[in-house]
Amino acid sequence: MSGRKHEFPASRYPSIPVSVGLRYPWWRLVAASGAVVVVALFAVSQGSVGIPIGDVVKILVSRLPFVSIEADWPSTWETILWQLRWPRVVLAGIVGGALATCGAAYQGLFKNPLADPYLIGVASGAGLGATIVLVSGVPLFVVGISVLPAAAFAGGMVAVVMAYIIARQASGTALTTLILAGVAIASLAGAVTSLLMIRSDPDIRPVLSWLLGGFISARWSHSAFVLAYLLPAALTFAAYGRILNVLQLDEDHAAQLGVSVERAKLLLVVSATLGTAAAVSFSGLIGFVGLVAPHVVRLAWGGDYRFLLPMSALVGAGFLILADLVARTIVTPAELPVGIVTAFCGAPFFLYLLRNRKTIAL
Amino acid sequence: MTSLTSRNAHDIEDQERPNLGRVFDVQNLSFGYDGRQVLSGFDFSASAGEFVGLVGPNGTGKTTLIRLMSGVLKQEGGVVEILGSRLDRMRATERARLVSVVPQNPRTPSGLTAWDLVLLGRNPHLGMLQWEGKNDAEIAHEAMVATSTDELANRDLDSLSGGERQRVLIAMALAQQCPVMLLDEPTSNLDIAHQPAIMELLTNLKSREDSVVVVAMHDLTLAAQYCNRIVVIREGRNFADGRPQDVLTEEIIQNVYGVKVRILTHPDTGMPVIVGANNAGQSRRNED
Repeated sequence: MSGRKHEFPASRYPSIPVSVGLRYPWWRLVAASGAVVVVALFAVSQGSVGIPIGDVVKILVSRLPFVSIEADWPSTWETILWQLRWPRVVLAGIVGGALATCGAAYQGLFKNPLADPYLIGVASGAGLGATIVLVSGVPLFVVGISVLPAAAFAGGMVAVVMAYIIARQASGTALTTLILAGVAIASLAGAVTSLLMIRSDPDIRPVLSWLLGGFISARWSHSAFVLAYLLPAALTFAAYGRILNVLQLDEDHAAQLGVSVERAKLLLVVSATLGTAAAVSFSGLIGFVGLVAPHVVRLAWGGDYRFLLPMSALVGAGFLILADLVARTIVTPAELPVGIVTAFCGAPFFLYLLRNRKTIAL
Repeated sequence: MTSLTSRNAHDIEDQERPNLGRVFDVQNLSFGYDGRQVLSGFDFSASAGEFVGLVGPNGTGKTTLIRLMSGVLKQEGGVVEILGSRLDRMRATERARLVSVVPQNPRTPSGLTAWDLVLLGRNPHLGMLQWEGKNDAEIAHEAMVATSTDELANRDLDSLSGGERQRVLIAMALAQQCPVMLLDEPTSNLDIAHQPAIMELLTNLKSREDSVVVVAMHDLTLAAQYCNRIVVIREGRNFADGRPQDVLTEEIIQNVYGVKVRILTHPDTGMPVIVGANNAGQSRRNED
């Protein structure tokens, strides 16, 4: 154009919101990561044996290579931390992060603020898939790879595709239909799961404890498996943040802005379902994390998916670590299923969202 | 059905428009939904600088045509070319660098500001992992200045009026920097003050000199005042095509819309103003 000089808008509008993408708030992610670490340190210090946070940190640091610290703590502490608490807290964090990110992705994908892996039936479908593996006597590991996430993925995928197809064919607001279809599919999957359990071996404890959800039996290997399955989903989310932003428009409009809509949707559904399946394959069904975390982020910092997805992961991780802490400490020596704790926070929040759907709509 | 008369306005058009600088070329386009043929052999081409109004009765497929011409719908037959390349052989990103669309009443996500929306227009120019850079911000800003929406940059989309929203959507399409811009009924939800404002804005766009702007319109009179060319669609074909005063005649309108009208001359623009004939009874309005 002519020699006219355009002022750089960011300087002209100093309060341009976060979502611009030009001024990515890295520091918020860094601060949130720090907060998650602090929450995790606090969580591992709590339990039947209280361990001061200072010692938790020292034991952690002593594990680092090239660091030698005089061990002035009981060796049982090290065992408790390393064998029990850290695996549990880390798995809770990973699962919380996965559920929250996938929840955010589903919300963006379906343009529905109430979409949540749990609500749209994905988690229940994944649960059914995992139950089939658990009761059918199929070996849990094939060539060293856990079958559970794969079965959960298949179940979750069937559920999400069913819910989506029903919502798409129904006339009127696909928004409500999707949730209703998800609820129906979740009930159906739950019923089949119960039926399978009753008809199977009398010892249904592993299935039952899995279905209730929780991290009692968490092991380091679980975290490793979940992370391995999460990786492709995480990479897709990293690449598709801006495209999710564009997908908030009508599909034609998004296509006219250069998005290959069908491909993007397929990749995102597969990724979010894979992430959900990976998360629930070891932890069981935990509701509301995928709903609460993304909305907290959205309400606080806006809806740019490039920020929303990673921030949801951090908020979800912190939230589930805390929920699990409450679950294992509030009724000692017994434990609550962690899903009860998340439901206590999540259900009222869900009602609040329903009430304010107009203002919170994506 | 081929009830095309010899008054096909290609004749008018070809005398006046040399074939130089042709940007947009649509040949023999056909498309149908569930067995009903919407477009059958639609031909149209336009050169840089043209501002074309696309008119025709309800259900003639104006929206379908825009979807086809932007490549989001695959035609059953025919070709859509921009600057010599076929849209159906391109990837979505490549298409979106050639043709931008302002849909009728699009969904705008809440929680986004006007600035965010305009910046989304840069999407086709960015790679998968690429972020909007300073250059994109400048282009988006320029688009907002061109549509007088720069003052609205920080406003939430939900808080904008109909006219403001439409201008922001046009800015978004401008930020795509395409040689062809298609608009579907850009004035249909606006009042009498904002309708001409949008048309004026489109007429005066600086980028218009080297691009083609096509608006699908209901309002024949409004289209006549601003567009320098009118295309009348009838039965899926380009029925008449040319300058407003040549195309918007009582005879053609009667033929296409099946309604008797009178053509007046606008005192300011000298362009046709279409009003219902007095004996037209209940069908006095040219809409519907």
